[in-house]
Amino acid sequence: MADDDFEDELILSELSDAELVEQMHDDLYDGLRDEIIEGTHILLERGWAADKVLAEALVEGMRIVGIDFRDGILFVPEVLLAANAMKGGMEILRPLLAETGAKPVGKMVIGTVKGDIHDIGKNLVCMMMEGAGFEVIDLGINNAVEDYLGALEEHKPDILGMSALLTTTMPYMKVVIDALVEKGMREDYIVLVGGAPLNEEFGKAVGADAYCRDAATAARTGASLLAERRAA
Amino acid sequence: MSNLFLRLLEAKPFLLADGATGTNLFSMGLTTGDAPELWNTDYPERIATHYRSFIEAGSDIILTNTFGANRRRLMLHHAETRVQELNRAAVQILKAEIARSGRTIAVGGSMGPTGDILEPNGPLSRAEAADVFEEQARALAAAGVDVLWLETLSAREEVEAAVEGAGRVGLPVVNTLSIDTNGRTMMGLTAADIIALQPQMHPHPVACGTNCGVGASEVVAAVLNFFNASDPGQPPVIVAKANCGIPEYVDGKVVYNGTPELMARYARLAMDAGARIIGGCCGTTPGHVHAMRKAMDSHTPGARPTLEQIQQQLGTVSKGAMAQLAGDLSVAGGSASGQTERRSSRRRRG
Repeated sequence: MADDDFEDELILSELSDAELVEQMHDDLYDGLRDEIIEGTHILLERGWAADKVLAEALVEGMRIVGIDFRDGILFVPEVLLAANAMKGGMEILRPLLAETGAKPVGKMVIGTVKGDIHDIGKNLVCMMMEGAGFEVIDLGINNAVEDYLGALEEHKPDILGMSALLTTTMPYMKVVIDALVEKGMREDYIVLVGGAPLNEEFGKAVGADAYCRDAATAARTGASLLAERRAA
Repeated sequence: MSNLFLRLLEAKPFLLADGATGTNLFSMGLTTGDAPELWNTDYPERIATHYRSFIEAGSDIILTNTFGANRRRLMLHHAETRVQELNRAAVQILKAEIARSGRTIAVGGSMGPTGDILEPNGPLSRAEAADVFEEQARALAAAGVDVLWLETLSAREEVEAAVEGAGRVGLPVVNTLSIDTNGRTMMGLTAADIIALQPQMHPHPVACGTNCGVGASEVVAAVLNFFNASDPGQPPVIVAKANCGIPEYVDGKVVYNGTPELMARYARLAMDAGARIIGGCCGTTPGHVHAMRKAMDSHTPGARPTLEQIQQQLGTVSKGAMAQLAGDLSVAGGSASGQTERRSSRRRRG
């Protein structure tokens, strides 16, 4: 991705809407934050609603990044760059989305479990959930049972999300879920789990509602489980 | 040559390292989410028992229980001020157990990642990271380790910072990375990248290799890929420390499904592939290491194993590692679907 490979003359404002959105998918893929910020502004100036920019340009672009991450074509450094670029666009859209007065689809509390190291995956989930219209309360890394319980009490979310990257910390998810069961709170929340060493069987075994293999799946699963719950 | 680790490397064609630390401490009562390093002072007798089990299993090199004993990782457990104390205790307990056994065993000072992502992708600067590693390395060296053993790394910047920091101490340095994502580290490095990185670092590490990851088959494939990328005139000293099969979640516990027989087969194939230092990682118990000792002592290294032999004896190899074995080091070659290529941007198409 050396700079000198880039075409000199690509003027975003001269592209049609469809071309620009496609170019923004590419630019997210390449982690070009300034270009994403510019593209976001252009679409808004052309009268696009903030939620449409978010869904069609940003979330769709990150979905493509997610697919190639899963396929072993993109790796963590590229995904971090893409996420950073998306953040650039989100920062412009967030206040506009708030202004419209549209209520969030739902609320999620999310955090990486105690003892685990970094939180790349969890940060991507936050971004995709927010992109899907959720209000997200991010507890960061290294959360003990009390941290989760305190946040659930305080924020009364619809969804609890937990992430683990290490086989040595993944069983901690069960510790948290067991604590919820013990306190009679388990049924109050949809519990989603995810992380590198996990799979569907693990999600079932620890008593989560679902295991989500990637950030896009988390957003989709969260939305559909919440809709089911509200319909019931 | 006064350094014990270097003497052992010179004297013996193959060295047996140890097995897991974390997963074995879990079976002794460590609870998930807690820091194993705190046991160095909280339960020194359990750490002694753990070390003794690998001494008795026949290890030539044993790593200290200090994987996460750097300032950044200990911060998660509010113990960032205890780097000296926890590293010193870990080394002292191991040295006492080795002395009691009367055997000649090298002490490897285990040093894991900081847990932070380095610049430019993350917040930690290379200089800060090097200082974090140096602080731990000095504590390990002062307590008398023979070699500084950097393991489970994944990012180029962190390997460079770790070798730089640990290298300031003057002991031999070993570095191993986890190849756990389609034949690459999660940061995208191939075995060939790891080989190419070694001579660029100062001091030059005495050995490099791979640990942890996704099973023994993938580790042996990586060993072949290390040699495919090396100058045959100057073969590197390669370390292989594979997980004991694949983790499964059974009754609230993570269990690795590898048998002692599997780890014995793995040890023989790793020797055939050219690894000089062979051990286990997560899930590898003293029983597994004992089986590896017997396998290595009775095995005369043969021809480099083929992909078919590796898969037959140890299990599947990722598409990415397979592509590399066939000489395709491209990212597309590593795609899990075997079809997609990295998308190219219109910006780059001109």
